[in-house]
Amino acid sequence: MHYVFDREHLTAIEDILERDLMDLGVHSVFLIDMAGNIVATKETGQGEHDIYSLAALAAGNFGAVSTMAKLIGEEEFSLLFHRGKKESIHFSKVTGDFLLITIFGKELSLGFLRLKVAEATEKMVAILGA
Amino acid sequence: MAIINLKKGEVQAKIVYYGPGRGGKTTNLEYIYRKFHDRIKTEMVTIKTHGDRTLFFDFLPIEIGKIKGFDIRIQLYTVPGQVKYDATRRLVLRGVDGVVFVADSLAVRRKENILSLKNLADNLATYKKSLFDVPMVLQYNKRDLQEEGIPLLSLEALEKDLNTRLKAPSFEASALKGPNVVQTMKRIIVMTIDSLRRDLT
Repeated sequence: MHYVFDREHLTAIEDILERDLMDLGVHSVFLIDMAGNIVATKETGQGEHDIYSLAALAAGNFGAVSTMAKLIGEEEFSLLFHRGKKESIHFSKVTGDFLLITIFGKELSLGFLRLKVAEATEKMVAILGA
Repeated sequence: MAIINLKKGEVQAKIVYYGPGRGGKTTNLEYIYRKFHDRIKTEMVTIKTHGDRTLFFDFLPIEIGKIKGFDIRIQLYTVPGQVKYDATRRLVLRGVDGVVFVADSLAVRRKENILSLKNLADNLATYKKSLFDVPMVLQYNKRDLQEEGIPLLSLEALEKDLNTRLKAPSFEASALKGPNVVQTMKRIIVMTIDSLRRDLT
């Protein structure tokens, strides 16, 4: 199965990433598929990331953690998050096939970010299909 | 699971190098990385053990230019070949669009090749795919060792063991020295893009 994204759908997704997350002050946000391909990205332009490597590693990391959850009898872990000294990274499943990766700094609280990610996810599910 | 981005005019597809441990999957990617360094804007990503064996995967994104007006971006991955890493192998296969099976030509590795191909079939089945519907190229690696008098499986034996039913294109290669490494990659890319085109029309 392949995903074809036309201009209209991608613009709608990018608008959500921009308004719900970038405007909040996150540094980068990527919508990727579970295979590690990139669907949409938004970045502030400060400190360029190697987004293709990040997407591949994020998909692998998410897959590994999901498998670990199943091995201990959990359906999935609700929070997947790595905190750094300056930058942190948050993973959130959008649908069974897509993953939202958010990179943000210390000025943003994890709780608030999770709330906004949940709102953005809901809007994107409507576009991507459950 | 390829992503076709009509806004950017870009196609992203995932090709996985599969095969038994120490067969030369990582060496294939390392050769491609050196050869096409000017086209690859990032470092090759490797997640390996302290013993220099692949733990999770190697990753190399490569832009191959335009086909029918679309920028084609291929994501090359390897899996860890060691038997014990089956769970991570399965993860890397998720969303695969094309497979290169790197077989080890050493005579003593015959059984490992056969078991690895069977393992590939089993792992593809977890994603409801089969060896027969994923584009695939076989690479018989380490052919250069013949010159050093090391016993190798004959081409006929490898074809009989691995390709009797598959009838996939196959290449004799040396990932270390380079012969047929690029040809293997080119062939799987063409087959993968053709397959995408068929699926989308």
